[in-house]
Amino acid sequence: MAKHKNVLPGFNLSLGYTLLYLSLIVLIPLSAAFLKTTELSLAEFWQVVTAPRVVASYKLTFGASLIGAVLNAIFGLLTAWVLTRYTFPGKKLVDALVDLPFALPTAVAGIALTAVYASNGWIGSILEPHGIKVAFTPLGVVVALTFIGLPFVVRTVQPVLEDLEAETEEAAASLGANRWQTFSRVILPALWPALLTGFALAFARAIGEYGSVIFIAGNMPMVSEITPLIIITKLEQYDYAGATAVAVVMLVISFILLFAINGLQWWSNHRISASR
Amino acid sequence: MLKRLILAALLFSSAAHADTSLLNVSYDVTREFYKDFNPAFAKYWKEKTGETVTINQSHGGSSKQARAVVDGLEADIITMNQATDIDILYEKGRLIPKDWQKRLPNGSSPTASTTVFLVRKGNPKNIKDWDDLIKPGVGVVIANPKTSGNGRYAYLAAWGYVIKKGGDDAKAKDFVAKLFKNVPVLDTGGRGATTTFVQRDIGDALLTFENEVNLIKKELGGDQFEVVYPSVSVLAENPISLVDKVVDRHKTRTVAQGYLDFHYSPEGQELAVKHYLRPRVETVAAKHKGDFKQLTLFTIDEVFGGWANAQKTHFADGGTFDQIYAK
Repeated sequence: MAKHKNVLPGFNLSLGYTLLYLSLIVLIPLSAAFLKTTELSLAEFWQVVTAPRVVASYKLTFGASLIGAVLNAIFGLLTAWVLTRYTFPGKKLVDALVDLPFALPTAVAGIALTAVYASNGWIGSILEPHGIKVAFTPLGVVVALTFIGLPFVVRTVQPVLEDLEAETEEAAASLGANRWQTFSRVILPALWPALLTGFALAFARAIGEYGSVIFIAGNMPMVSEITPLIIITKLEQYDYAGATAVAVVMLVISFILLFAINGLQWWSNHRISASR
Repeated sequence: MLKRLILAALLFSSAAHADTSLLNVSYDVTREFYKDFNPAFAKYWKEKTGETVTINQSHGGSSKQARAVVDGLEADIITMNQATDIDILYEKGRLIPKDWQKRLPNGSSPTASTTVFLVRKGNPKNIKDWDDLIKPGVGVVIANPKTSGNGRYAYLAAWGYVIKKGGDDAKAKDFVAKLFKNVPVLDTGGRGATTTFVQRDIGDALLTFENEVNLIKKELGGDQFEVVYPSVSVLAENPISLVDKVVDRHKTRTVAQGYLDFHYSPEGQELAVKHYLRPRVETVAAKHKGDFKQLTLFTIDEVFGGWANAQKTHFADGGTFDQIYAK
């Protein structure tokens, strides 16, 4: 392979540091997890990761994370839009509010959400008479995962929207595009990559979330048990190999999903630049 | 990790002005007890030997704490609410000998508690004994037996009740299944279950330790809830041990042994009573007979053949507890 000549100096050094850093922080701990599962035979591994309770928890974790991320993609885009395109009193405050789920300890978030959505809480007491139970049901899991994922979409979409000058929209309008066409043909394609990134981040964050969910989920086996809880449960029984087996499955699924989202992003980028 | 760092920092800062320091790694609800117990021991030890000793405490979910010790947290002393969480120190780390429980009286358990019911004011569902908990329409809050010692004791207490009444394992399993059908939320720990019952207003009865129940009543004025003692329950023993490998390295075996023995002294036992823990030393127990409701208590050894067996049959993956929820 021919060696590329880079314009910028320091390629070898910086790549070396990157690899070292990634290895220390990500790769080595993760491979330790993989290594631990080798204590199990393949049949045992399969039995652990396909047990009905564990499978039910995958469905809940990935399903609720997906719903949460989709909700965040829609409402996060709306929030980012409002924050960049309009001026109103208290805008700075709203802007700061968006970051709160980042800073709050997740356990605090979980307790607060549970208090509000429980049948004797502010929102829960309004919903309960209509037959909607949030706290201690899978719906509660969705609420918690939506809460923690909100900043990701807003913060990735916002700078792109800011860069996207209002002139483009005016140009589209002056060329005869109606409002919907301006949005779907001009703005949305430019936002796609950022929106997808935000979605992927919110989704990934939700999959791994533990602290806030266990308070609101109710943790009933087969119904409202998330996969991270299954892992903790196994650890509490000193079943290290079983815990890492489930963790490995989560890792692999997450990696495939994130990889697919990245691929989607690459594809949409490609399409946009090709159509220009 | 952060916890360990803070702990290390604490240890370090206290080591600077103390002759000796011990680290007692304990479970969640002993916080209040050791806040009283440790200064009392320090005073006793100073008078006896002239040595100044500082005791540092670490609290958390019991299995998590035991795992931290196995993974290298330098605990001189470990105090837990079930023997399996100390056994693990031998099994996974060889930090203590296998027969650690034989080293102190009463199976190395100076105090005990039992699983009782806490019901709402006036006992609206008229809950008197175990059978009332499995009636339809009764909500029972129990901590998750998979993740909590408190929940495991509650589960085993229900099982043992059926056995003690002359039932067999099949009947007991049926009973426990019905009981858990009435459980709306499985919190991961004892304190979480308390919050669910007390703050979220969920369920008609909370199953938890006698000492936790009394703490709830004390904290909340005591008139919103009533304690119900079932006819039969489990003796929840609180075993203690020093960690041989660590005390030998720290050269703290003498003072650690003194600390353990102090649990069995009249003063230590009285402090336990103050925190609603049942004393195990005969003379003190006899003196406080009137302070603790007398009911039929069975031990884990007696009904389940020891903790290791109980753990394997009931709480391991695929055990009876999992079978309740399997479709």
